[in-house]
Amino acid sequence: MEPGLFFFWLFSAVVVVGAVGVVVMRQPIHSALFLLLSFLGVACLYVQARAELVAAVQVLVYAGGVMVLFLYTIMLVNVKRQRTERYLHRQAVPALGFGFLFLLVVGGVVVNEARALAGKAPAADPAALATTVIGSETVLGNTQAVGWVLYRDYLLPFEIASLFLLVAMIGAVVLGKRTMERFD
Amino acid sequence: MALPFPLSDLLVILPELILSELALGILLWAAVVKRERERALAWASLASLAIAAALLPVAASFAGELPRSAFGGMIALDGFSLFFKALTLLAAAVTILFSLRFVGTSPYPGGEYYALLLLTTVGMMFMASGTHLVSIYVALELMALSQYVLAGYFKQETKSVEAAAKYFVLGAFSSGVLLYGLSLVYGATGTLSLGGVSAALEAAPRSTLLMVGVVLVACGMLFKVASAPFHVWAPDVYEGAPTPVSAFFAVGPKLAAYAIFARIFFDGFGPRSDDWAPVLAASAALTMVVGNVGALMQTNVKRLLGYSSIGHAGYALLGLLAYRAGGAAGQPEAFGLWAILFYLTAYLLMTFGAFGLVVLLEAKGYATESVDDFNGLWKRNPLAAGAMVVFLLSLAGIPPTAGFVGKYLLFSAALKAGWPALVVLGVLMSAVSLFYYFRIVRAMYLVDGEGEVRWREEPAVAVAVGLCFAGTLAFGVLPQPLIALAKSCLLP
Amino acid sequence: MITLAHFVGLSFVVFTIGVVGVLVRRNLLTVLMSIELILNAVNINLVAFSRQLGDLTGQVFSVFVIIVAAGEAAIGLAIVLSLYRLKSSVNLEDAAEMRG
Repeated sequence: MEPGLFFFWLFSAVVVVGAVGVVVMRQPIHSALFLLLSFLGVACLYVQARAELVAAVQVLVYAGGVMVLFLYTIMLVNVKRQRTERYLHRQAVPALGFGFLFLLVVGGVVVNEARALAGKAPAADPAALATTVIGSETVLGNTQAVGWVLYRDYLLPFEIASLFLLVAMIGAVVLGKRTMERFD
Repeated sequence: MALPFPLSDLLVILPELILSELALGILLWAAVVKRERERALAWASLASLAIAAALLPVAASFAGELPRSAFGGMIALDGFSLFFKALTLLAAAVTILFSLRFVGTSPYPGGEYYALLLLTTVGMMFMASGTHLVSIYVALELMALSQYVLAGYFKQETKSVEAAAKYFVLGAFSSGVLLYGLSLVYGATGTLSLGGVSAALEAAPRSTLLMVGVVLVACGMLFKVASAPFHVWAPDVYEGAPTPVSAFFAVGPKLAAYAIFARIFFDGFGPRSDDWAPVLAASAALTMVVGNVGALMQTNVKRLLGYSSIGHAGYALLGLLAYRAGGAAGQPEAFGLWAILFYLTAYLLMTFGAFGLVVLLEAKGYATESVDDFNGLWKRNPLAAGAMVVFLLSLAGIPPTAGFVGKYLLFSAALKAGWPALVVLGVLMSAVSLFYYFRIVRAMYLVDGEGEVRWREEPAVAVAVGLCFAGTLAFGVLPQPLIALAKSCLLP
Repeated sequence: MITLAHFVGLSFVVFTIGVVGVLVRRNLLTVLMSIELILNAVNINLVAFSRQLGDLTGQVFSVFVIIVAAGEAAIGLAIVLSLYRLKSSVNLEDAAEMRG
């Protein structure tokens, strides 16, 4: 087996084990640790897919920011009580069956199609993901390339996303603040 | 380094730009305002909405020839988006009028509430004009996130927080499904701009990958407009959220979701309409049945209106299906579309009207309004009872109300497009809806007793309800001006 | 050789696990984590298609998805906290004061 493929399977296994762990673990803290594992596996896959910047952002934002949020919340919420609480939803069995069927049928179709797409044309030259032409200059590097596309072509969604983050901040403060006093 | 866009592109988004700046201003002002002066924040928010509305024609005239694409094809300003932006601004304004006392007498701060309401409006306005899946998605999330917070704003009311939790989980889940669909569409077409997707679909042979993507996107969108089989969240959320917010949820986000629904499916997936039209048709049929039959069993007014709004989502889906009515190129094709525009305007007026009367119920306590509260309203306040009757008639689709004209236009568009079975079902379900709307009328006129609805306590709500009342009747008797407006918005 | 089908298959598996998690689990925290899994599946897809097509749009979109996921997590966890304060529970089924 070529090394690239070996590592792909290795990281995929990490991702899938992490994902399954998130769903089956009874304690949220265990789920969170499995989620972290999954996030890191995904980040490794991004590097393999020539998305170095996305991999870095994945580690910083997901494994750094989002995970800390989750752990904080789990810390504030009394987890011991969870043990006695219901674990699964009443419709768990039909949902599992549906998931399995969905995976087999739709998943099979999607993967088949992807195989056909990949068969038609091999993956593009990785250089395409790491080159930008600015005026007469050619710049190398995935981070620069993504940065240019982000701030040039996707400037407007970027600005809307900044409003989005502002709303997230206001909302978290409004909902999370413990006290009810409105003024002074 | 040259700017990536001409500066004039900023003029295209002038109303959104100014509105978001004013929202931030209100947020800052809220930090220093005294509690007893807090009402000023509401008036300032109303003024901001008015300014944004006044800037709409200004932006249109600056933009020059419509449709005007801006920011490298991220958004476009056209008659369609202008119409929707005006509607969302109106929806936000009515919501603020409803909220004045509701928020003012609550122990929760008003500044953030109004700022979030304005920011969610900004999101809806960007949605209405988005022509690129990335900008549509980010705007959708801006809208949705503010709404999760608004739903849970009354954070010591269990129902409010539960509504927020439900709305959040299902909203985030549906966004995930929608996104997965978008990722497959990207894989199949290699682009995320609606024009590009459409062009790729014209050129490419049928692909199953794309089909799966389109179906997943459709599922996500049906969630957002609360259509069956993805409607279960709506009655719970409408019941639990603060009533002015529920009224807003029943109208504002649905308007914006219909706008992007139409955009994505016609401008983007239009060449494959034969594939997805049956899916939408099935959902429309199911939605009409589930909404109207579900409403029959409700005793809580907010839940009843929630189910009725599900039924209305089904009628509006008919309008989307009828977009292709006419067949010939050019304007006849838009018949279904301007029928939707008219219908959604009527829906806005009558839904806000009915919810406005429910807002008056809140004197009794948080989220405890039942149909019995309307008992004997006729004796105590004939004016309010009369207005409610008009709103209910309009919701049921009986002349001379705007609801009737809207439904008539929708159904005739659907007939032209070749969906007679759905139209028959729609008419049948409208007949069913008479039963549950009549229950409220019966409570008001035939049952004796002291219900809880009081009038005149809130002039702001009275003004808003009065406006809705006038609009519902006026567009019912004289629909021509609004039809003409809707048509002129759709023609280049 | 790693092909597009590898990535898309993995993404689909993760997506399904996430969907099943949302449907099956009642603990709001776990449900939120399952939603994060779905968004990760989306990103794997986007990055894989981006690699296949040699087009950066997918990577840029995935950055947006990560931004949105972070914001959603913040609000979702704030809602979990306020729910917990009221009901001393983070179970969705306990949140069933309203009839379904």
